[in-house]
Amino acid sequence: MKRFTALAAGTAVALALGAANAQAERGSDGNLNVLYWQAVSVLNPYLSGGTKDVEGSSVVIEPLAKYDEAGNMVPALVDEIPTVENGGVSEDLKSITWKITPGLLWSDGTPFTANDVKFTADYCMAPDGGCQQISKFQDIESIEVIDDQTVTINFTVPKPFPYTAFVGAETPVIQKAQFENCIGANAPNCTEQNFGPHGTGPFKVVEFRANDVITFEANEHYRDPAKPSFATLTLKGGGDAASAARSVLETGEFDYAWNLQVEPEVLEQMSAAGRGQVVTSFGTSVERIEVNLTDPSPDKGENRSTLEAGPHPFLSDPAVRKALSIAIDREILVEAGYGASGQPTCNILPAPENYASTNVNWCLEYNPDEANRLLDEAGWAPGGDGIRAKDGVRLSLLYQTSTNSVRQATQALVKDMWQQIGVETELRNIDAAVFFGGDPASPDTFQKFYADVEMYTNNFPGTDPEAYMAGWLCDGIPSPKNGWLGANMPRFCSEEYDALTGQMAETADLAARGEIAKKMNDILSNEGALIPLIHRGDVSAHSVTVDGVRMNSWDSELWNVADWTRKE
Amino acid sequence: MSDAVIKPPQGTPGAPLVTRQRTLAADVWRQFRQHRGGVLGAVVFLSIVLLVIFGPYIHGIDPQALNVRDKNQGISLTHPMGTDNLGRDMFAQVLAGGRTSLSVGITAMLLSLLVGTTIGVVAGYFRRADGLLMRLTDLFLALPLLPLLLVIIMLFRDTLRAAFGPETGIFLLIVFVIGITSWMQTARIVRGAVLSVKEQEFVVAAKSIGTRERRIVTRHILPNVLSPIMVSATLGIATAIITESALSFLGLGFPSDYPTWGRLLYDGVNFMAINPSRVIWPGLAISLTVLSINYIGDGLRDALDPRIRGR
Amino acid sequence: MLNYTLRRLMFAIPTLLVISFIIFALLDLAPNDPTGNLPLTIPPDVREQIRQSLGLGEPFPIRYLYWLQQFFINEPLNLLERMFGFEIGNSAERLRIRSWATRSPVVDLIIERMPQTLWVVGMSYVVGILIAIPVGIISAYRQYSWFDQIGTFVSMVGFSVPTFFTGVVLIVIFSVNLQWFPSIYDTTLKVTDWSSFWAQVRQMVLPVMVLALYNAAQLSRFVRASMLDNLNQDYVRTARAKGMKERVVLLIHVLRNSLIPVVTVIALGIPTIFSGAIITEQIFRVNGLGQLLIIAIQGADIPLVQTLTFIFAVLIVFFNLIADLLYGILDPRIRYE
Repeated sequence: MKRFTALAAGTAVALALGAANAQAERGSDGNLNVLYWQAVSVLNPYLSGGTKDVEGSSVVIEPLAKYDEAGNMVPALVDEIPTVENGGVSEDLKSITWKITPGLLWSDGTPFTANDVKFTADYCMAPDGGCQQISKFQDIESIEVIDDQTVTINFTVPKPFPYTAFVGAETPVIQKAQFENCIGANAPNCTEQNFGPHGTGPFKVVEFRANDVITFEANEHYRDPAKPSFATLTLKGGGDAASAARSVLETGEFDYAWNLQVEPEVLEQMSAAGRGQVVTSFGTSVERIEVNLTDPSPDKGENRSTLEAGPHPFLSDPAVRKALSIAIDREILVEAGYGASGQPTCNILPAPENYASTNVNWCLEYNPDEANRLLDEAGWAPGGDGIRAKDGVRLSLLYQTSTNSVRQATQALVKDMWQQIGVETELRNIDAAVFFGGDPASPDTFQKFYADVEMYTNNFPGTDPEAYMAGWLCDGIPSPKNGWLGANMPRFCSEEYDALTGQMAETADLAARGEIAKKMNDILSNEGALIPLIHRGDVSAHSVTVDGVRMNSWDSELWNVADWTRKE
Repeated sequence: MSDAVIKPPQGTPGAPLVTRQRTLAADVWRQFRQHRGGVLGAVVFLSIVLLVIFGPYIHGIDPQALNVRDKNQGISLTHPMGTDNLGRDMFAQVLAGGRTSLSVGITAMLLSLLVGTTIGVVAGYFRRADGLLMRLTDLFLALPLLPLLLVIIMLFRDTLRAAFGPETGIFLLIVFVIGITSWMQTARIVRGAVLSVKEQEFVVAAKSIGTRERRIVTRHILPNVLSPIMVSATLGIATAIITESALSFLGLGFPSDYPTWGRLLYDGVNFMAINPSRVIWPGLAISLTVLSINYIGDGLRDALDPRIRGR
Repeated sequence: MLNYTLRRLMFAIPTLLVISFIIFALLDLAPNDPTGNLPLTIPPDVREQIRQSLGLGEPFPIRYLYWLQQFFINEPLNLLERMFGFEIGNSAERLRIRSWATRSPVVDLIIERMPQTLWVVGMSYVVGILIAIPVGIISAYRQYSWFDQIGTFVSMVGFSVPTFFTGVVLIVIFSVNLQWFPSIYDTTLKVTDWSSFWAQVRQMVLPVMVLALYNAAQLSRFVRASMLDNLNQDYVRTARAKGMKERVVLLIHVLRNSLIPVVTVIALGIPTIFSGAIITEQIFRVNGLGQLLIIAIQGADIPLVQTLTFIFAVLIVFFNLIADLLYGILDPRIRYE
């Protein structure tokens, strides 16, 4: 993985070697203290799809295959990944057959079989269950148990990428015997099961305190008799990112802390204590400014920010969008808010390699002069107050985002940069639960987009971008008609783009899919409907006494916790 | 209305009344001047106010001007309080923040004091109103603050923004929100004090000679419950300054690049170890303001207390 | 007095019903959403299904009635069953109030959180009162002495500097640099022997200090102001003239008459112990009721917020009643007919 930073890659290699040499014995390394500052609420990712809940449950329940830190699929409960070549995926791409490793046991000592896999799918697809991972089970026609070790998933349509269900931490296998009575509307009532699922993972739950702390101990039935090397694991929650970083890097009370989005100089100063190490990895997250192509002005009433309101008074001018983009010095944004965990980008689809376009880089060069020239040419002339205007329309923007100290710093910097090309900006920040909440009654959701530009991060799970890229279809434009549901925030609409989406859904060949995805990315980025800013990495920290951490943006960060060891 | 009928015989309006009031004011002022803490508090508070009003004209740096190359700097001649992590001048920000924080703090405190005292006095003095008003207080105490704020933003922000422009609109909203959510303690305390005072002999005496109720309240009850009101006022101003900073996280406060003392302090906490001046100056500004107002309150209370004034 | 108490208690029921309705309406109106904190990778139509499965499809009055039934009938029955170990009716069929985020019964969550909140926040309140009353008395008795000046200074600074700041300062000094106390509270610690007791004490020191300073600062100002008012009253002069000992005058006559505002402030404060100290609990990760409430509010977990806030409302109504009764005891002139 090219974008994998040297720091993390180097660490990973060194630690992987270290772990191999250690020859640890199960439970010989005492307690592992992990801190997730967003506390885990429930250990069932089907009932709560929050990242913290998915990652917390990943030490107990496992999918059939995981992603490694480079985004490659690795077998977990199977011996090999089914492909067309090895016959695991049918020629018509309508079924996939998984062969489970023989001899696997649940943590209660009973055998793990194909029936559990089928049950898990039934569990999630049951009506009224409110399964939060249902999109991973889309287009499944049926699931057949061939024998105890073999299960086949049949799809209603050809699936060029059939690795949605049971690959990655979002869709682990749960035990049929335990969850049998928890199907459908009954799912939330099974507190005992949801708080203490039996699993195949390296640890099992001893005590679960919702939104607080979970105590785990090594699973004596784990498939590798030498692992995990820690006897117990404590997963504590609560607080904020900065103090989580402090507890690993400065006080050394914890061994691992997750998601440390704090200003780079703060992390650097804390790391100076020498007790811990900051690790970074890059997935598909891009911090971007989305541009409203429709008119958000309040006097449009009900039609505000919809196609019916008509085009935006100035953002519909491509020259303005391009000028706004090149007037942003992305290097400075990285330096002020991200440090090693961010890279300037012009692409909305920055990874994985097969899909990442490298064609668009015109925005990387910070060029206020060119931006000024573009605006002059397009007829936007500076007024008496220095703000450009044309035909009485002033280049004055409302710029909204969610509340988060790094985002507010970025906002302040961008405002300053836009000021220099004669664009006035009013900043607004909104509580994340409201901004991303999608309540149709609230004017402040990112779907309603009652502002000129808005900034947030988006990404996609796993490594296949098809569903993600389909977000910018004309159909995906949020409006009162579809209850403001839809992912096409810029209200972007292009026939060419829609056609490419359709083409991608029918293409199986990986290289060809990559080409289509790149074309789509280039259209979006060159249009300027989205102004990509930063390819964001995930940041965590681990104690210098812990070996084996392989920071992963494609799966749970705790995906290989079985391999972690205590360094002497 | 009976008031208007009785008054005219007292003579032509104006002259005698004004002289008497001036004497009282002068009396209070003379007493206040002798209160060393009160005078010192007034001097400090006035200097803070003057500094905040005129400071930006002397220290001409724009508080919002960024210079990332000059970030996290210590104290220097160009930046007397250093710079923050985006290279903004801290001194300019503290001055600009003071304008907002002081005006928000004082206005919100006055509003909450007015509401709290009125409700407290009415509930304590008029038994019929007590039940209803105190249950209202219970309701406000029980309301969860965050959802309440979110609802208020949703309902009123855009209307106010359209009517008064972004800054004044938000200012009014913040003052209203802080005032409306912080009067309950004052109300309960004032009511308790009124309950006790109204049974004392001098009130009973005033009643028995037929003094009107409004006059009993303003002349006899209020001056005797002044101390807890003063304490509430001092504590209220500190709460208002801090609450303002909490509001901005919900998207209710001023835009994020608009400095206030509470915000500067909050943003500075993570940078405490890198650059202590991020927290020392805003913290000091808040504490000094609250301390000076506390001493002014002490002085005023002593000056207004007839038992001490004579001494 | 008894008559008055009974009447107030009767009146409390409709009051609380109205409060519960207003809180429910407020939460329903608030624009935050239970799916707001989920990753953006979960598509909008799935979010809609999640909302439906949480019961948000039902109309507002129905949801409110459900909650009323669950809170006033089902949960008490459940508690009774648990206490006495027998079954009343069909307990498996009885719906309990379930949190949306954790899908577990709200009452169980609250019971789990209660101990640490009572320990830390309650202790800090007791410490705060124990500091504030003597400091307030001495400050008033020796007004403008050095003791008073320092007390004033410390309490005003203590009150005006917010806990999000003092908490971090204490952590940087005592946990990072001196390494005396842990910065993170271990909620799983069970006190069984001296060493675990000592560990418990050590982890309580910092959060209790932060909160006690804040509480004491506020309370001591009210004690001082109220004492000052009474020290100049005629009855004090009379008592002294009668030749009573200064200590008796101060601690019996003056203090008793000064307690009304103090009792009010304390009574208002006790319910807040149960609601926890949100910021301090967050900083030190004392995952008590305050932390439970803030997570629930952020995640728009309406059943949890509603239940917690309502319990809080009950406590407020109850302790304000206690305060009113205490007024009558402290000052017999106050009469409630």
